[in-house]
Amino acid sequence: MSLTRIYGLFLRHFYLITRSFPRILDLVYWPSIQITLWGFISNFFATHTTYYNNAVGVILTCAILYDFLFRTSIGFNMLFLEEIWSRNFTNLFIAPMKIGEILTSLVITALIRSLIGLVPAILLTSPLFGISILDLGIFLFSLFLSLYIFGITLGILVSSGLLRFGPSFENIAWSTMFLLAPFGCIYYPIETLPEIFQKIAYVLPLVYIFEEARNILINQTVNIENVYYAFIWNAFYFSLSIALFYYSFNAAKNKGTLINMGE
Amino acid sequence: MKNLIEVKNIKKNYGKKEAVKGISFKVEEDEILGLLGPNGSGKTTTIGMLLGLLKPTSGQIFINNLKLEENRIKILEMINFISPYIELPKKLTVRQNLYVYSKLYKVQNINERIEYLSEKLRIGELLNSITGELSSGQKNRVSLAKALVNEPKVLLLDEPTASLDPEVGDFVRTFLEDYKKEKKISILLASHNMNEVTRLCKSVLMMKNGEIIDQGKPIDLIEKHGRTNLEEVFLKLSRSKSEFN
Repeated sequence: MSLTRIYGLFLRHFYLITRSFPRILDLVYWPSIQITLWGFISNFFATHTTYYNNAVGVILTCAILYDFLFRTSIGFNMLFLEEIWSRNFTNLFIAPMKIGEILTSLVITALIRSLIGLVPAILLTSPLFGISILDLGIFLFSLFLSLYIFGITLGILVSSGLLRFGPSFENIAWSTMFLLAPFGCIYYPIETLPEIFQKIAYVLPLVYIFEEARNILINQTVNIENVYYAFIWNAFYFSLSIALFYYSFNAAKNKGTLINMGE
Repeated sequence: MKNLIEVKNIKKNYGKKEAVKGISFKVEEDEILGLLGPNGSGKTTTIGMLLGLLKPTSGQIFINNLKLEENRIKILEMINFISPYIELPKKLTVRQNLYVYSKLYKVQNINERIEYLSEKLRIGELLNSITGELSSGQKNRVSLAKALVNEPKVLLLDEPTASLDPEVGDFVRTFLEDYKKEKKISILLASHNMNEVTRLCKSVLMMKNGEIIDQGKPIDLIEKHGRTNLEEVFLKLSRSKSEFN
């Protein structure tokens, strides 16, 4: 692994983001709008339900966590798509970069992109709704880490599809998170799902992450088992995504996708 | 002379379709080899295989005596490519693009290298311009600078002067001739501009339907086929294969 090359690819995206005010605005705008919207919806729920004793806090916290996951995954895909849209894809793949270096650089850049959007959204919740995500305490870090790994995993899986099938796979890039969201039990307990859906949900790390966030906020207790299962499933899917990326890269070299991508 | 490119009987199949049917050739150092052929003849596929973007179905490729299959990263460090079909990130300035690629190729003394290439390729005044806002001729010279940022031993050029006006086209051709002479590099040039090929190439390969159907020095091919220039030879060979086999 060469840090110089990893830094070089990071710089390519850093320059792109910092040169363009609309890009920075886009990164900040959607999470902030999302949080504001969910804040007002939660305020309304709080006056019409007895389920949550802290409806605004729970829903807003989950909204922030979900948005972090969404931004990380989309952010990773965007970095890959940027290369295709700018017709720079071939230049990147004929540079002497190992696949591991490309992935590492994109993983770091995706984190920075997500944080650019997330930090203003978190700051906004306090003055507007009197909510602080820091109420989750030190377990906040483990939840964020789990979400980040799963977001990156989804990003790598979609990028594998882009490598294997070319730009026509782009639409899938936008829809993955929407497909998984119902099974993630982001805003509701897993019991809300039909039994067959529960079985699917239990093999995703999301359900453990969001169950734990609600558990901490509602019951003020920590269930380490949830954190543990989230990491186990994350490790499984992350390893799978890396293996699939390498497989797709080799398949693309056989099929000719890498050279056609630039044309 | 040392062979910097050596291709041994490479084939590339896409399913049942044979895109390249077992071709072999060599390019010595300080040589420009022309790769000619009509669209779909297998030129781009061949270049893709040399760049490691495509895996040959069979056969072997050696760059600077290193087997590509086993030394992909080492080989990519000493090779580069320019094509009108690929571009540099449009929103970055020219300097940022050259800086990024210098990092990817682990170039030492990056600023010195950028200054050197800027002077040689007359892009000094463009360094702080946005790449996407440049004219085709300016973009072409910037892409060439990117392709030379790692001081490649092997340069693969796919239509390097396509869509350039005659003045810029001539500048690029002169630059390539001088650079090749100075650095003793090997260049594989795929082009449809027969005057360019006649001027730059020591020898040419004529491809059709994935095969090499003729090869030799441009002047010898013109004489062999009883034509007055390479374009006429190209047309003759493109339109009929059997009579030359």
